[in-house]
Amino acid sequence: MTGEGSGGVVLSVRDLTVEFGSGDGVLRAVDGVSFDLAAGSALGVVGESGSGKSTTALALLGLHRRTGARVTGRILLGGDGPEGVDVNALDDEAVRGVRGRRIAMIFQDPMSALDPYYRIGDQIAEVYRAHSGAGRKAAWARAVEVLDRVGIPDAARRARARPHEFSGGMRQRALIAMALACEPEILVADEPTSALDVTVQAQILDLLDGLRADTGMALLLVTHDLGVVSRSADEVLVMHRGRAVERGPVHEVLRAPAQPYTRSLLEAVPRLDAPRAARREPGEPLLTVTDLTREFRRPGRGLRRDAARAVDGVSLDVRRGETLGVVGESGSGKTTLVRMMVGLLAPTSGRIVFDGREITGLPEKRLRPIRRDLQMVFQDPMSSLNPRHTVGDSIADPLRVRGVPDGEARRTARELMERVGLDPARHDRYPHEFSGGQRQRMGIARALSLRPTLLVCDEPVSALDVSTQAQILELLRDVQEDYGLTIVFVSHDLAVIRQVSDRVAVLRGGELVELADVDELYESPRHEYTRTLLAAVPVLA
Amino acid sequence: MTLYLLRRLGSLLVLLVVMTAVVYGIFYAIPADPAVLVCGKGCDGAQLAVVHHKLGLDQPVTTQYWHFLEGLVVGRDYSSGPDVTHCAAPCLGYSFQTDLPVLSLIAQRLPVSLSLTAGAVVLWTITGVSLGLVSALREKRLTDRLITVFVLGGLGTPVFVSGLLLLMVFCGWLQWLDFPVYVPLTEDPVAWAQNLILPWLTLTILQSAIFTRLTRTGMLETLSEDHIRTFRAYGLPERRVVGRHALRGALTPLISINAVEFGVVLVNAMLTETLFGLPGIGQLIVQSSNNVDLPVVAGLTLTAGLAVVLANTVADLLYAAVDRRVVLA
Repeated sequence: MTGEGSGGVVLSVRDLTVEFGSGDGVLRAVDGVSFDLAAGSALGVVGESGSGKSTTALALLGLHRRTGARVTGRILLGGDGPEGVDVNALDDEAVRGVRGRRIAMIFQDPMSALDPYYRIGDQIAEVYRAHSGAGRKAAWARAVEVLDRVGIPDAARRARARPHEFSGGMRQRALIAMALACEPEILVADEPTSALDVTVQAQILDLLDGLRADTGMALLLVTHDLGVVSRSADEVLVMHRGRAVERGPVHEVLRAPAQPYTRSLLEAVPRLDAPRAARREPGEPLLTVTDLTREFRRPGRGLRRDAARAVDGVSLDVRRGETLGVVGESGSGKTTLVRMMVGLLAPTSGRIVFDGREITGLPEKRLRPIRRDLQMVFQDPMSSLNPRHTVGDSIADPLRVRGVPDGEARRTARELMERVGLDPARHDRYPHEFSGGQRQRMGIARALSLRPTLLVCDEPVSALDVSTQAQILELLRDVQEDYGLTIVFVSHDLAVIRQVSDRVAVLRGGELVELADVDELYESPRHEYTRTLLAAVPVLA
Repeated sequence: MTLYLLRRLGSLLVLLVVMTAVVYGIFYAIPADPAVLVCGKGCDGAQLAVVHHKLGLDQPVTTQYWHFLEGLVVGRDYSSGPDVTHCAAPCLGYSFQTDLPVLSLIAQRLPVSLSLTAGAVVLWTITGVSLGLVSALREKRLTDRLITVFVLGGLGTPVFVSGLLLLMVFCGWLQWLDFPVYVPLTEDPVAWAQNLILPWLTLTILQSAIFTRLTRTGMLETLSEDHIRTFRAYGLPERRVVGRHALRGALTPLISINAVEFGVVLVNAMLTETLFGLPGIGQLIVQSSNNVDLPVVAGLTLTAGLAVVLANTVADLLYAAVDRRVVLA
């Protein structure tokens, strides 16, 4: 397929294998992967974490050198012909000459991918000079030119800014500008939009599409997000445990996957257009929030200090037995709002009434008995569990704090482990011995230990692969039934929110812009911002 | 920024008042009587009383302290018999021992201490950063291990051991250098440096360990950061990746370390001065404490406090200039 219609082959990978470690501990991260990439085309490489997709991407630029990894196979720039240059066979200096000039790469986290100490224009100019030998002035002019090309407004002035003065989306644009500076034939993008909000993601993907069309640059798009691949790639390569399990034109593969793994991957993806199966009858309000506001003081410049309103006059109910989805982009106040709901953060003004009692302004002593009813599951299961406590202890601790005798607390902890799908025999192990999904199960078990009425989940599945994500969502659904829980579920992912929620609250800039039943909100959104958000989500073909 | 400086100034004033009050408190509490030391062994009760009065020791300690503060702000008059000497603000008083004005005593000795510390700071920064850099680039190899052993050995050796060893080797045994005698920079720069080499080295051996270790960990940390990978992925020469991008990130924290370490350095400089017979502040501190010379000790406490706060303020300003993400408030 590749090479037809769009141009000659610019990259041929033949039998690429990457191994880490030695002796008995050899890990084959990439196992015999081959593909071609044509000028102006886009190949999406998808897979879950540990599938070898990023390892493949790094190998293309020879970035495994000096790390102890063994790379075999051929990586032919210019294709599998007489002109092809094998990156894997070049010496270090020659590889350096190829990087950035013929094949460039952009990374997942635009926050840390640029040097915080230097001006953005200088960083781009430095890369350009390294390959072109241009003078300082010419290199600066080039930097401004490419920044302008990637849509940085007022590029001549903004080139003087340092990375912390740019937003996440702008930084990713700046990195793309750096990639463009030397007009490479191939751009490798490793999860380029995973750290960005959906609306920004849509802009970056548009930009990449436009550049590809204008310059004939080929794009290798590595992502875990099938929606992104469906939107921006021509062909897709599905990776699983280091192997390329399926490859073909993107819409064929996504519509009619030939391989069982691809099918299971697709089934696990939450759909924006799939209505949830069972609806719950809405109960009476369990928690009522009235005109809630929270301000944070910014570190001031001079004597003027202004307060940022993270949450600004939000009023809503959480009804007994329902799941309320809270969705919004970064900085919309989702986390601040729910932290106030469980009493982890005091509001600046407004009221929170839980089960008929006002909890705002309650002294800690009187709040304590209520706290057991309000529990929270956090996004990052690794950092929210004490690494020096065994799993059993972490789960039993809330009980011990409440005066439950040690033996009983341990027994309950083991029961809970079993309930959330963990082997209770492993109660004396430490969190690092478990996978991300298992750790999130621990987080849920710990939150359940006090049998709360309200469970607040703050981005509980955002750090997980789609298949693990599906399992955790199922677990939450099950325990909600068993324990009669009311859940507040925070996510930036509109598809996940649709799958789990009965009602959905959309936040923007700290304000509640829309609150409606889930189907109504997704099928006939009333607010302009909700429509923008929904339109920005890349959907599977 | 203005707010930051105002706040710093405010805390400086509070700090200096507290520090000097503590000094006066300690003097009140210790049993030694400075008048006895001044007057000598053969003094009788009446003579002692005269000395007491002359030094102002017959007044309550709070009054003495008040006069001290008064002298600092508006100056004060000293009367010995019929003559009245006016000591203009900022007046630190007169030494019990030598009757010399404390301010000029300190001013005389400050250049010596500054020469010692400034030279040593430059030397140990260069040594520490270079060793740390080599150590990081040769991580876990023999060079790295040797450097680690060397600097930790230096850190564990007190000034009076390493200094004496240096003296023995270079002045006694090899006879490459004469035993150091302080020569002012303004008089003869070459002799100044020659005579200070050993004291500088002594402090360097001690202090460069911290810099070596910090540069090493800083480098290793920065080298594993994402932006370093970015520049490698864009084919920047390794020399530039290390020298421009990694080193900058690794060195910035050293600015604040220098400031935090400043107090420790003062103590070690004091020991070094005493060991090499350099007529600096450190020596003065030792002498005046031995003689219970209250005005001198109080003056030196002020000077040291001022220096530490100044060093920290300069470090904060530098840090904000080097790392634009930092906002002073």
